[in-house]
Amino acid sequence: MKALILVGGFGTRLRPLTLTLPKPLVEFANKPMIYHQVKALAAAGVTDIVLAVNYRPEIMTEALQKYEKEFNVRIEFSVETEPLGTAGPLKLAEKILGKDDTPFFVLNSDVICEYPFNELAEFHRQHGQEGTIIVTKVEEPSKYGVIVHKHDHPSRIDRFVEKPIEFVGNRINAGIYIFNPSVLKRIELRPTSIEQETFPAICKDGQLHSFDLEGFWMDVGQPKDFLAGTCLYLSSLTKKNSKELTPVSEPFVYGGNVLMDPSAKVGKNCRIGPNVTIGPNVVIGDGVRLQRCVLLSGSKVKDHAWVKSTIVGWNSSVGRWARLENVTVLGDDVAIGDEVYVNGGSILPHKTIKQNVDVPAIIM
Amino acid sequence: MSLNIPHRGKGGKSTKAVILVGGPSRGTRFRPLSLDVPKPLFDVAGHPIIEHCFRAVAKVPEIKEVFIVGYYDESVFRDFIKDSSKSFPQIRVQYLREYQALGTAGGLYHFRDQILKGQPDRLFVLNADVCCSFPLGEMLKLYEDKDAEAVILGTRVSNEAATNFGCIVSDPPTKRVLHYVEKPESHISNLINCGVYLFSTECIFPAIRSAIKRRTERPRLLSYPSSENLESSMYPGDDDDEKDQMIRLEQDILSSVADSRQFFVLETKDFWRQIKTAGSAVPANALYLTKAFQNGSEELAAPSANILPPVFIHPTANVDPTAKLGPNVSIGPRANIGAGVRIKDSIVLEDAEIKHDACVLYSIVGWGSKVGCWARVEGTPTPVTSHSTSIVKNGVKVQSVTILGKECAVGDEVRVQNCVCLPYKELKRDVANEVIM
Repeated sequence: MKALILVGGFGTRLRPLTLTLPKPLVEFANKPMIYHQVKALAAAGVTDIVLAVNYRPEIMTEALQKYEKEFNVRIEFSVETEPLGTAGPLKLAEKILGKDDTPFFVLNSDVICEYPFNELAEFHRQHGQEGTIIVTKVEEPSKYGVIVHKHDHPSRIDRFVEKPIEFVGNRINAGIYIFNPSVLKRIELRPTSIEQETFPAICKDGQLHSFDLEGFWMDVGQPKDFLAGTCLYLSSLTKKNSKELTPVSEPFVYGGNVLMDPSAKVGKNCRIGPNVTIGPNVVIGDGVRLQRCVLLSGSKVKDHAWVKSTIVGWNSSVGRWARLENVTVLGDDVAIGDEVYVNGGSILPHKTIKQNVDVPAIIM
Repeated sequence: MSLNIPHRGKGGKSTKAVILVGGPSRGTRFRPLSLDVPKPLFDVAGHPIIEHCFRAVAKVPEIKEVFIVGYYDESVFRDFIKDSSKSFPQIRVQYLREYQALGTAGGLYHFRDQILKGQPDRLFVLNADVCCSFPLGEMLKLYEDKDAEAVILGTRVSNEAATNFGCIVSDPPTKRVLHYVEKPESHISNLINCGVYLFSTECIFPAIRSAIKRRTERPRLLSYPSSENLESSMYPGDDDDEKDQMIRLEQDILSSVADSRQFFVLETKDFWRQIKTAGSAVPANALYLTKAFQNGSEELAAPSANILPPVFIHPTANVDPTAKLGPNVSIGPRANIGAGVRIKDSIVLEDAEIKHDACVLYSIVGWGSKVGCWARVEGTPTPVTSHSTSIVKNGVKVQSVTILGKECAVGDEVRVQNCVCLPYKELKRDVANEVIM
């Protein structure tokens, strides 16, 4: 089988992290985002993966060569010379996606969930029509594009309503699809949108179905959602009794949902959790309090610091008795001084912060 | 009215001192701390504010008698006087209670018979609510060098701050005071009154007497041509009667002394702060601790990796060795400081408890208050040159120092920033820039 991952541009919404690494390589739950997707695709029998990108950083090529070996898949870059929207890249990759009659997956690189590719493919095969969209139920559908089904069919899509004012349903497009290669005939090689142009066209022919997603779903394209998505992901690991999680019998684990790389070190009298990921070679001092936060590799949290709702970037350090909260994001190699308070600060790489950031601010 | 004013003898001069403490209705700006302790007895750098004045007075060898003048209840200073008499047996200390607020000069005059008993030549007058090094010896020297009738302690402040104080115009070569104005509307001088004086008894009491005379003979309106006073004098009432009896050194005496007498100013280059608002106890604490440290005081905690001097820890306080304290920290009796706690530029009062890994910066933690683990109680540092204890944050004036009144509680992991919290409140959620009733 084949798949296309829509990576797109520079991932500006996830800055300052994406000033250092391309978005697919930013670690989500201690693994690059793209790793989760490649792994799930490979497990569903996908052998050819196309990465639709606007640019091709050297560092990404290296990482993906590793995954090609690890998962025995071919990964190819499809580089747009001009942005082609969400549908154009499919056409650009027609050679690979249309090389045989088997359907192919398309997924948005920002989406995190349990990736039910096997079930999706099976459902798609059974209805036998052109396309299937994974949908997820949300509490507030008015913020999204909502899917409305045909009256006489549980999965056939009738239309899409963008940001509905009145309730028409609560299923929204989760950004993961499967198509028959015939869909490529509908797309022209120009900037074009899968949501706005391709779907309505397939819909018109009654060829588009929805597939309900089980479990969590999150678009983790920006820091606030990155943290929320981390919580959901860790909760799902807990539900599955995953061995990857740090056992709650550890004295420092508080409230569970703690994922820690074995190379990380934790000091005495810490209280960590719930919802914390700790990357490789992270060093945590004594009396540290961590909750709802992400510590990326090589970062350091010194004694007695208090960190909540924060992403601590690679190789950054958090001073003694510092306090970080309210979606603070530290870029690569940031240093927060002792006793400093940061409220919702986005700190660009290589900065040293010695004074409080009392209100949310970007520190250049 | 008789005045037993001595003629200047040939031999050693005798000197007495008066410490002016005011009364309970004066200390409102020191709330919420003055709700539980009279301001002069509030501990700064491990000792009551008044004790810092008293110790300076006790260092002047010729002073054998000190009066505390104010209108607090007699019982308020009983223990302080008992302890002081024990520490300084050569000095007689007495509390003179005004039964109504007579003003700083009115109080002196009211008790003139007691003060002048034994015919002292000179009288130090100290306001208890100032924090400084009290260079009384230098004042005495200037007094003698100049054959003065009055010496005032002055200090330079920024031009912007000066109009909040009594301003002194001096003739620098002679150090003579040419002009004195209390809180002028426009800039006059940046040399201000520190609230510490040395008077010849021959000068001060007659000066007060003539001020009283002026007051009774002439309507107040004539001597106070400012619009504020005009209004109040146009509506005479009980309040006005009471005001008429108030004779204040600053407003009513000093300017007339400056006009006609041998009045000199000693300009101190050392620290000086007023202790008006509760928040000003934090800079005062820092200054007194620094002075004690410079003088090699043995009551300060020994510097170490976790003690950044100057730090005062009461012998009965319990401080975990992993806690990091200082600089400018005072820990009161029986206070409990947990493991991994950080305290800086703060006063922690009697019986307070700071739990493990909490952080207290630029704050006052009230008697018996509790700060939870990983909590953060924080004020905002102000420049050393600032004489104000409020700052403007996002266009709003807030207290720079965070103050927890008596028996307040801050929950685990809660953050309190730039807040004033009245006694017996429990803070369970993060708060900033508020007064919590």
